[in-house]
Amino acid sequence: MLAASSLLEIARVAGTNIAAKVSPNVKWMPADGALHGQIVDRLMFWNLAALCAIALVGHLWLVFAVLRRRKASGNFPTAVRWGLIAAFCAMYAWMALTAQRQWAANRYTGPSLTAMHVEVVGEQFQWYFRYPGADATFGVTRSQLVDAAAGNPLGLDPRDPHSADDVVTSVLVLPAGQEVDLQLRSLDVIHGFFIPGMRLKQNTVPGQVLHIHFTPAVAGTYPILCSQVCGMGHARMQARLEVVSPADFAAWMEARVNQRERARTGETAK
Amino acid sequence: MPATFTRHPTEIERKDPGIGGKPPVDRRPTGGGGDGENWDNQPHGRNGPRELLIRYRLGVMFALAGDLMFFVALVSAFFVRQTTGHFDVHDNFINDWRPLAVPPILWLNTAVLLLSSAAMEMARRQLFHEIDVMEEWLGLGRPAVKRAAPWLVAALVLGVMFLAGQWIAWEQLVREGFRFTSPDPSSHFFYLITGIHGLHLVMGIFALVAALVGLFTLKKIELRQIAVDSVAWYWHTMGLFWVFLFVLLVFFQ
Amino acid sequence: MSRIFSRIFTTDHRRLGILYLYLALAAVVVGTVLSLLMRIHRVWPDAVIPFFGVMKPEDYLALVTMHGTLMVFFVLTTAPQSGFANLVLPAQIGAQRMAFPHINAAGFWLTVVAFLVLISGGHIHGGAAISGWSMYPPLSALSASGPGQGLGVDLWLISIGIFCIAAWLSAVNMLATILAERRAGMTWSRLPMTVWGWMVASILTLLVFAVLLAAVILLFSDRHFGSSFFIPMGDMINGRVVGHGDGSPLLWLHLFWFFGHPEVYIAVLPGMGLATSLFANFCRRRVIGYRTLAGGLVAIGLLGLAVWGHHMFVSGMNPYAGTAFAMVTMAIAVPSTIEVIGWLAMLWGGGMQLRTPMLFALGFLSFFIAGGLTGPLLAQPALDAYLHNTFFVVAHFHLVMGMAGVFSVFAGIYYWFPLMTGRLMNETLGKLHFWISLIAAYGTFFPMHFAGLAGEPRHYDRLAGPAISFPSLIPVERGITFSALLLGAAQLIFLWNVYISARRGKPAEANPWRATTLEWNDGALPNRIERGPYEYEFPPDEGGLHLQWESAAKQE
Repeated sequence: MLAASSLLEIARVAGTNIAAKVSPNVKWMPADGALHGQIVDRLMFWNLAALCAIALVGHLWLVFAVLRRRKASGNFPTAVRWGLIAAFCAMYAWMALTAQRQWAANRYTGPSLTAMHVEVVGEQFQWYFRYPGADATFGVTRSQLVDAAAGNPLGLDPRDPHSADDVVTSVLVLPAGQEVDLQLRSLDVIHGFFIPGMRLKQNTVPGQVLHIHFTPAVAGTYPILCSQVCGMGHARMQARLEVVSPADFAAWMEARVNQRERARTGETAK
Repeated sequence: MPATFTRHPTEIERKDPGIGGKPPVDRRPTGGGGDGENWDNQPHGRNGPRELLIRYRLGVMFALAGDLMFFVALVSAFFVRQTTGHFDVHDNFINDWRPLAVPPILWLNTAVLLLSSAAMEMARRQLFHEIDVMEEWLGLGRPAVKRAAPWLVAALVLGVMFLAGQWIAWEQLVREGFRFTSPDPSSHFFYLITGIHGLHLVMGIFALVAALVGLFTLKKIELRQIAVDSVAWYWHTMGLFWVFLFVLLVFFQ
Repeated sequence: MSRIFSRIFTTDHRRLGILYLYLALAAVVVGTVLSLLMRIHRVWPDAVIPFFGVMKPEDYLALVTMHGTLMVFFVLTTAPQSGFANLVLPAQIGAQRMAFPHINAAGFWLTVVAFLVLISGGHIHGGAAISGWSMYPPLSALSASGPGQGLGVDLWLISIGIFCIAAWLSAVNMLATILAERRAGMTWSRLPMTVWGWMVASILTLLVFAVLLAAVILLFSDRHFGSSFFIPMGDMINGRVVGHGDGSPLLWLHLFWFFGHPEVYIAVLPGMGLATSLFANFCRRRVIGYRTLAGGLVAIGLLGLAVWGHHMFVSGMNPYAGTAFAMVTMAIAVPSTIEVIGWLAMLWGGGMQLRTPMLFALGFLSFFIAGGLTGPLLAQPALDAYLHNTFFVVAHFHLVMGMAGVFSVFAGIYYWFPLMTGRLMNETLGKLHFWISLIAAYGTFFPMHFAGLAGEPRHYDRLAGPAISFPSLIPVERGITFSALLLGAAQLIFLWNVYISARRGKPAEANPWRATTLEWNDGALPNRIERGPYEYEFPPDEGGLHLQWESAAKQE
């Protein structure tokens, strides 16, 4: 019993070490910028490696069988057949469990209490991002008030005190190393919020507010795409995520606030 | 043996022309690498007198299985729609489902439809009475038809009454201001469910009329049996579906 | 005149089978041309296409929608299921005819009507629907949401509604035939595997098309009768608030994919049965583990009814439900593996006759392995959250459903051609067709995995967008397009082969493949079937073929 468990432990440690040493990224995927992306990439790599190997072996088997002109006598051994099936079942179990652990870590739990909150709104064919501002509370929106031409693309209600300091942008700027909770909405049809570089995808569904949380780790610019067909502008419904240092983020945010204040005072002066 | 009784399926084991009159032994069952598999070695698909009846019954049953899934989809949509809602500006969960008070006449309609189903069953049974069927097969008159026809007419009349009752229920609802196009999801579902069920019954009425005509025009007793039997199973199933839908509409609003 | 009429509106199942194949051929020609137009547009976005002009984004999306709908409904559902089953199913179970010939014929003609209604969508003002074959609302529920979303979606819904009824009718007929019309002695363990495939596919058809019909009716009601089953409160299109009830778009996703996933199995189960038969026939070897393989088909069908949520991992569905669907999806890999290993075990012994039908069956197996293996990968929500709706998924289902399905249809046509025309198809042309198609199909669909890993989403009419233009994918995309054009061109060989072989092909003997199953019997059948379908393992010196239609007693 003890021997078995220590053997398992050795196997686990060795496996982890090997996996850590040989934890290459899949060459075709864009560089990962999110904290959880490393695990996704590792799982992806090992899955693809296993499946490619199996596909190769399967096809070699086929080629061998095709080239074998003389018919072998006797049937394929039943024990081997069932042994192979059992091996496959073990592999499927491994896949299901490893992926499930990652899925639960990402989706079963909410963000930490210190996470930053940003709202993502999809609309034909544009992404908007809203920061709650100093009061850390999103203002009320009403779809009746939506008027992009008048500078209110999300329908912020001016009578709500929380909406005064909300910042609405078309670029998602996030500080590196800070966990962020995105709350996703859609004004019209189902869109797909997809940041390949963050290994992040979640549909935005009209009538629903969906949450997804992650931690951008590496500074840089990442494209944001729409992954669910949403009409004729689907392919052009793109935006950028800019992950910057916390200091740069603070400066950017201040500039946005000042800009909005200037716009507001200009409006009242008129 | 000619006709198709319910009680004694006349299956006579065909003598095998094999050696020594022994039944054939399946020495090489299919597949499995000879691990002696012999799933069922029962005779099947024998071209007996009941074959046609079984075929039609199977057809009706399969068709109704698909139909059941259709209604299951509607009912699941009913339950989902009942719970969906949105958050208003004060973060209160708002749901636009307002329970619909079902017109009381539906209780009467349900009773009428059940009676109709009972009449249908009486008609069906008349056609499987051994003595009558024998007489009809021998060409000594048509006692089964004579006995079944009034029950069939009764089922038909009761079915039409049910549909008329449903129509009255709709009119009452319209008078109360619930139309299909009114924004209440509960009234959408009420009209949709009763309407589609009613459409099924309209088809059933046509089938009943056809069976009634067939009762007098079809030359073979087997075909007369099939006509009534198929319509009866359809009719019973529609009655059963209605009971479930009725319970849904009354108690699960 | 009446003779022509009765020849067209026939109730003869063999003629209906051929008519279904003609219908599928028409659909596959249209669907292929549409896909080639899309491929050309992706690589040369500004090219002026003859008869088409410069393609607008909505044109591209309309092409995607029509391509998917045509291929899934009118090719992969009709040809392997209705086409081949009508052609040989009654003969394979020793029946004289279908259980309900008129219902069968009605099913076919309703399918034709559905096809015509769908095709007409391309010729109306505004064009065909642009919301993809899965028609997610509210995009599909609101006619203001884009060009083609008015009459185009209406025609789509009507067409699919009719198709549902047609599929339902033919499934009723098929199941009643299999259950009630078998000749005496045609027990469950003596059914050819094709019959198992058709039976499971028919059960699925019966159960899931009814659900799709209900969903289509609800969506139609949302569009025209002011209901809000799928449109949420406050939903707005073009700056106008249109949502007035608490509808749920996710409800459509659930109803649609409850149909949509089993539909995949409807397309591929008959092919799995056919491949099993052909492997046995051309390896001269009985099916290894007949019961296991038949049980596997049934298990795939049953589990297939409970996996629809794996299309919805990132749709906003509860993540716990995602886990449950992931586990069931992983479970369905087990019977699929059992099938594949069973086939590989049958082939292991070698000595196979590489005739054209066998080549296509091997091609089917190759695609089933290559495309099927990415299934367990996509079944993992954590990984699917990256790959969902990228070209990786496109590669996956085009290999495992599209190419495997189409290759099984080709295998069936080459195999049963003698039953349709009394002639064999040309082997040289057939092999040429096979090799070019195999290489071009891999050339077309395999690189799509890389595009998907790079994060390229589906339904993009061009690569260059405001934020990303996937520069590294341009050579890949070019290669895919060239390969797709080659794949399309290779099918001209097939059409020519069909044409020339039907007229001047080598006349076939009664049982050209020395098969044991009943469809090759051209004489009188015994009253009772006493043999299994795949008793091949008897060389001629041991008494020749053990045909299913010969009495076992006579052999001894």
